[in-house]
Amino acid sequence: MEAVTGKKEPKERGNRKSSRFWRTFLQQKYLYMMSLPFVIWVFVFSYVPLWGWTMAFQKYKPMPTASLWDRVFDQKWVGFDQFQRLFTDDQFYLVLRNTLAMSFMGLIAGFVVPIVFAVLLNEVKNIAFKRVAQTISYLPHFVSWVVVAGIVIKMLSTDNGAVNDLLMWLGIIDEPYQFMAKEKWFWGIVTAADVWKETGWNTIIYLAAMAGISSELYEAARVDGASRLRQIWHITLPGIRSTIVILLIMSIGHLVSIGFEKQFLLSNNLVSDYAQVLDLYALQYGLQMSNFSYGTAINVFNSVVGIILLFSANGIFKKITKESIM
Amino acid sequence: MSTKSKRISAPISDRIFDVVVYAVVIMVVIVTLYPFLNVLALSLNDSTDSVRGGISIYPREFTWKNYEVIFSFSGLIQGFKISILRTIVGTLLGLLSASMLAYTLSRPDFQGRRFISIFLALTMYVSGGMIASYILIKELHMMGTFWVYVLPGMVSAFNVFIIRSFMDGIPYALQESAKLDGANDFTIYWRVILPMAKPALATIALFLAVGQWNSWFDTWLYNARSPELTTLQYELMKVLQSTTSGNGDYRNTNMTQVMASVSPESVKMAITIVVTVPILFVYPFLQRYFVQGMTLGAVKG
Repeated sequence: MEAVTGKKEPKERGNRKSSRFWRTFLQQKYLYMMSLPFVIWVFVFSYVPLWGWTMAFQKYKPMPTASLWDRVFDQKWVGFDQFQRLFTDDQFYLVLRNTLAMSFMGLIAGFVVPIVFAVLLNEVKNIAFKRVAQTISYLPHFVSWVVVAGIVIKMLSTDNGAVNDLLMWLGIIDEPYQFMAKEKWFWGIVTAADVWKETGWNTIIYLAAMAGISSELYEAARVDGASRLRQIWHITLPGIRSTIVILLIMSIGHLVSIGFEKQFLLSNNLVSDYAQVLDLYALQYGLQMSNFSYGTAINVFNSVVGIILLFSANGIFKKITKESIM
Repeated sequence: MSTKSKRISAPISDRIFDVVVYAVVIMVVIVTLYPFLNVLALSLNDSTDSVRGGISIYPREFTWKNYEVIFSFSGLIQGFKISILRTIVGTLLGLLSASMLAYTLSRPDFQGRRFISIFLALTMYVSGGMIASYILIKELHMMGTFWVYVLPGMVSAFNVFIIRSFMDGIPYALQESAKLDGANDFTIYWRVILPMAKPALATIALFLAVGQWNSWFDTWLYNARSPELTTLQYELMKVLQSTTSGNGDYRNTNMTQVMASVSPESVKMAITIVVTVPILFVYPFLQRYFVQGMTLGAVKG
């Protein structure tokens, strides 16, 4: 008897479980109605493109007259040919160099400058002045890259650009310097433009973290006669350490996906050897030359490297600091 | 009390430190503001006079001519309309979808909660890439339509999670009492939760609106052949690219003629201001909200 019930039980339990699921499902029908349409939405626009990764292992032909089924499934598989082509392409290494160079410069500058500025803002004791300075420093974040690129080009221009005017007034240069036409300046200009646009915005999180530091710590330090610099070093910076680590991990994960807007908008024919980045390269081959498979292979390379970087940064920091984002 | 004691005991080094702090912050403020003021001054200055140089932050020969000229260009007017339309539609759709999803995820008893959370979170780390998305949009016949601006990016996991973490802080008892009064889940969302989540919604609305207003790449990628769907940012981008790089994918005769009557530099400056000003008017009023939203998002990681 007992054995029989024992045998029957899993099935019954399964039934009961599924009937309970459907009962709750009906009870929560409004919740499902409010979420499932968007889940399908996300599936179509975020998950279906992942299927597109198969294109990287095919020789994809658009075939505009064929049926959808044929366009998706009747493609020629070529294994890793696209990747082989990618890794033997000299242009690819040039593009990779540019991407990594601008990423690292952006990572370091975009990481250090906001921390320094946040620390300085935190030391401003005049609340009104601090608030005005903050409001102004957030401003460029809300302006599009098109506008920022326009402003940067204008400021660096040889006819009456502010930077050239200033440098000539200071007597550092005798005649206007063509910043935008020099290859060696391009990486620096992109990094500086990024710093100009995002520094203020990136201080928000650090300032919030600093606001959470107990004022008693500062008072105790003052009693002990610690100078302001020492207070920053021993109280403020340790107080925002976990914020720093989390943001660093996240930005390492985005190292190769630096986007392409800045490079697209700031570059010109004279500096293209230093301006081409992976995303632009994929765009150029994939869409402008209709070589979809090759373009996708570049995208796949980009995504895979990004994920590897994210996980290894997370792992390394977990070991060193016992802090992680996952 | 603390300022008083500081004034008495502050060593010289700390006073020097204060001077340095203020000097650096003031310099950052100047470096941030000057370019905007410079562009504004140039856009309001007579274009032949501008060529002489020396304009800093105020116009030397004031004129509205540059603005009159750019607003006589039909492409720009059309771009203005589409930019406003996509900002309104995109913001509303984005708010509605993110807040609905966020509400269902904030309900501890919702059985789809775990699956949907993970399903959404994954999209923040993996993406199919530009080429695959392009082919998808093409297959869906969305190219050359207005919808390509607002539909593909409608549901954003980041926005959902920010609103969710705000909704988690709303006392659950409120929902339970509404339920006792016979309200269904949708009514609770609409009547109880949404009004209380206003600060989070304001933050997300700002992010969405700014994102929509600032987009140019989707126009370039999907709608470059549909002049009736042009956007303000895209028009500015074309004007800027037309002379800087000289690789001219800009062949609009109407605009070239317009630019001949005043200098192209002045036209660029005026369009830059037209594109930027709406944002300047909106964001200081919403600053309180977006700082809140940013820190909320950061805490959740």
